Amino acid sequence: MTIATIDRAPTAVPTELARGRGGGGPAPKRIVVAYGFWIFILSDMIMFAALFAAYAVLRGNTAGGPSGAELFNLRSVFIETMCLLFSSYTCGLGALSAERRRLDFFLIFGALTFVLGAAFLFIEVSEFAHMVEKGAGPSRSGFLSAFFTLVGMHGFHVASGLIALVYLVAQVIANGLRAAVLRRLLCWSLFWHALDIVWVGVFTLVYLMGAS
Amino acid sequence: MLGRLTWAAIPFNEPLPLLSAAAVIVIILAILATITVKGWWPYLWREWLTSVDHKRIGAMYVLLGLVMLLRGFADAIMMRTQQAIAVGDAQGYLPPDHYDQIFSAHGTIMIFFVAMPLVIGLMNFVVPLQLGVRDVAFPVLNSVSFWLTATGALLINASLVIGNFARTSWWNYPPLSELAFSPDVGVDYYLWSLQISGVGTLLTGINFVTTILKLRAPGMTYFRMPVFCWTALAANLLIVAAFPILTATFVMLLLDRYLGMHFFTNDAGGNQMMYANLFWAWGHPEVYILVLPAFGVFSEVVATFSGKGLFSYRSMVWATLGICVLSFMVWLHHFFTMGAGADVNAFFGIMSSIIAVPTGVKVFNWLFTMFRGRIVFTTPMLFAVGFMITFVIGGLTGVLLAVPPVNFVIHNSAFLVAHFHNVIIGGVVFGALAGIHYWFPKAFGFTLDERLGKASFWCWLIGFYLAFVPLYVLGLMGMTRRLQHISDPSWQPWLLVAEVGAIVIFCGILCQIAQLYVSIRTRERRLDLTGDPWNGRTLEWSTSSPPPAYNFAVLPNVETIDAFWYMKRTGRAPVKPAYEAIEMPRNSPAGFVTAFFAVIMGFSLIWQIWWLAILGFLAAITVVLIAGWSIEREHEISAAEVAQMERAQLR
Repeated sequence: MTIATIDRAPTAVPTELARGRGGGGPAPKRIVVAYGFWIFILSDMIMFAALFAAYAVLRGNTAGGPSGAELFNLRSVFIETMCLLFSSYTCGLGALSAERRRLDFFLIFGALTFVLGAAFLFIEVSEFAHMVEKGAGPSRSGFLSAFFTLVGMHGFHVASGLIALVYLVAQVIANGLRAAVLRRLLCWSLFWHALDIVWVGVFTLVYLMGAS
Repeated sequence: MLGRLTWAAIPFNEPLPLLSAAAVIVIILAILATITVKGWWPYLWREWLTSVDHKRIGAMYVLLGLVMLLRGFADAIMMRTQQAIAVGDAQGYLPPDHYDQIFSAHGTIMIFFVAMPLVIGLMNFVVPLQLGVRDVAFPVLNSVSFWLTATGALLINASLVIGNFARTSWWNYPPLSELAFSPDVGVDYYLWSLQISGVGTLLTGINFVTTILKLRAPGMTYFRMPVFCWTALAANLLIVAAFPILTATFVMLLLDRYLGMHFFTNDAGGNQMMYANLFWAWGHPEVYILVLPAFGVFSEVVATFSGKGLFSYRSMVWATLGICVLSFMVWLHHFFTMGAGADVNAFFGIMSSIIAVPTGVKVFNWLFTMFRGRIVFTTPMLFAVGFMITFVIGGLTGVLLAVPPVNFVIHNSAFLVAHFHNVIIGGVVFGALAGIHYWFPKAFGFTLDERLGKASFWCWLIGFYLAFVPLYVLGLMGMTRRLQHISDPSWQPWLLVAEVGAIVIFCGILCQIAQLYVSIRTRERRLDLTGDPWNGRTLEWSTSSPPPAYNFAVLPNVETIDAFWYMKRTGRAPVKPAYEAIEMPRNSPAGFVTAFFAVIMGFSLIWQIWWLAILGFLAAITVVLIAGWSIEREHEISAAEVAQMERAQLR
């Protein structure tokens, strides 16, 4: 189980009502917050779906410019992918440490997550810079506009996630691992895992299918 | 230093927008001065601007919608007048450039800043009360949502004085909306105001889906929820599923315009039809985001004023959910002429016609609810009956438009304009007005004047038919939409009738203003002391009018649908046993302050004042981070205080 088990269920609701079709009265705050955040993630996924669709429409429209096969370097993308996937693993370990109230482990895994996420971002940005240098910037063709926007939007999410991670670790240090902070950590780890899922789509649809 | 902003941005050479803007500014300054002189600022700040109470936020949404209705209606009557007089040799009083801005602003404002705030305002006020709970899931976020919507409304009105608005219609299709053809700020006003208010709407969607699915009174299972809550759930699911598409689409267009990308351009591999597809993949669900809650209002109103439970509650729920799903499968009917081929057009034509089935189920349910009921023709009930007739006509012309061969002939004509005004005025506006009349006593503790309410209804109904039936005829005669000048004099008689219709609708709006004024002046005589002025069926009527901040001192225990009706019938009126302390969210300035910086950011982005845009963005983010730091967001109302407030209300 994750940190979700920390808050206790409210005692006021009779147990026989708590089952079934939601007749048990208002849900406890931890569930409400996590549920709302899930809905937010779903909406974010739909935004990515629109960008994926745009990429699918425009991927062949290179307008005489370079195509994916000429631009993508699968080796660095693979390293990038590994960084992000392992950062999710350390994120999970961090969540478990938070649940067990092990501040020391939490900080170690938090730092590891940050380093891996930052490494991902660094590789991505240097790849972007390399492409722009070669004259394959986002304004070169419809294909490259869609590529930079889709991958860049994911990178923007990762960057925001890193800022949020620093902010939440600061909260943990200032306020301790109390219920309100743990709820926010739970949301953050949901967010971080969701970015992995998006990246799996990017890696497959953009890089693997584009490089061949 | 100031980007593209120079004195040339103020339209000194166009007296019409300048004078109207000056009038608006004078009115705003007068209101602000009055507030300052009377010393109302502390009250306003404490009780409204920083309020996170869903009832207050709902009322502010409705107020925003009504104020913007005046703006959108001013645009409408200007267009009608231009078309009525600019025939043959006459050129009318609006030059083409200005006329194009007016029809673009009219559509944008009416959809995003009138219909949306009215519908979201009603949901805000009603849903937690109907669910028997004390607030929405995320009260502070709710305030942020409202203020971001207000930000968008402010920006779009700023375009009246500073710069200009888009001439690209409310869909803003590329390539016309691309930099090559719309190089000035008009399209940027459109994009940023909708992008910022869209964030607010998305947050509302997340908030209400969570509220309805996770926060309900004990015993309120899904199939005991009032129908308005079901329609609100469906609408908010659609918001969550559709608004991100709009956000992504606008991001792409903004990147085209600001960074020279090629999503929708003519050259370098752009694809304009992708914009049309993405826009309507949001745009068609948007129609149902607006009209489903209106259906919910009518369900409540018809049941209450027929003195009967809603006929076939379950089929109503399934029809709502059916429409919710189907609404995502019809977007292509907005551009059958794209050339997707007969098979694709046939699919979308059939899907569009199928939506008429669950809608028909709903109409029959309302009719059977009225059948052998004891109908009381109050203003909301009149709007409901007027809706049923009007909406069926609009639905039938919609089915006609859904037939691709017919659509090829009448698309982009005045017939289409008549159709969607038929469903939006007859459905959404009538629904919002019915809802406002119905729940006003609950919100403010006194009833509205019925005589003026009925007068306003008749003006709206007759005015609507006068204004839009001629447009059906004109569409069949071949008149395309958005004409600044009419070349065929035989159309003029119909356009004059339409002009009269717009004036009659204006009388309806004046009646409403008068009604509000009269009702407030005579409120002492029209106090609602029972909390249940209409003999209502659902839980919102079981509290006092207006409800206390915490809505329910003790959460009601729900055993059936129409829970309050059942409690009244079985004599289990909500007795107040031992009171317990109640935790309520604290007021928060986060929404107001974030929106303040969002205005600065949006305005600077439109005018490309980059340093100020960055400052505004960082300030807005800082406010969010500060708000997210707090640990204790609740304050406690002690049991003794609750008991005291309840006694005061029962008195």
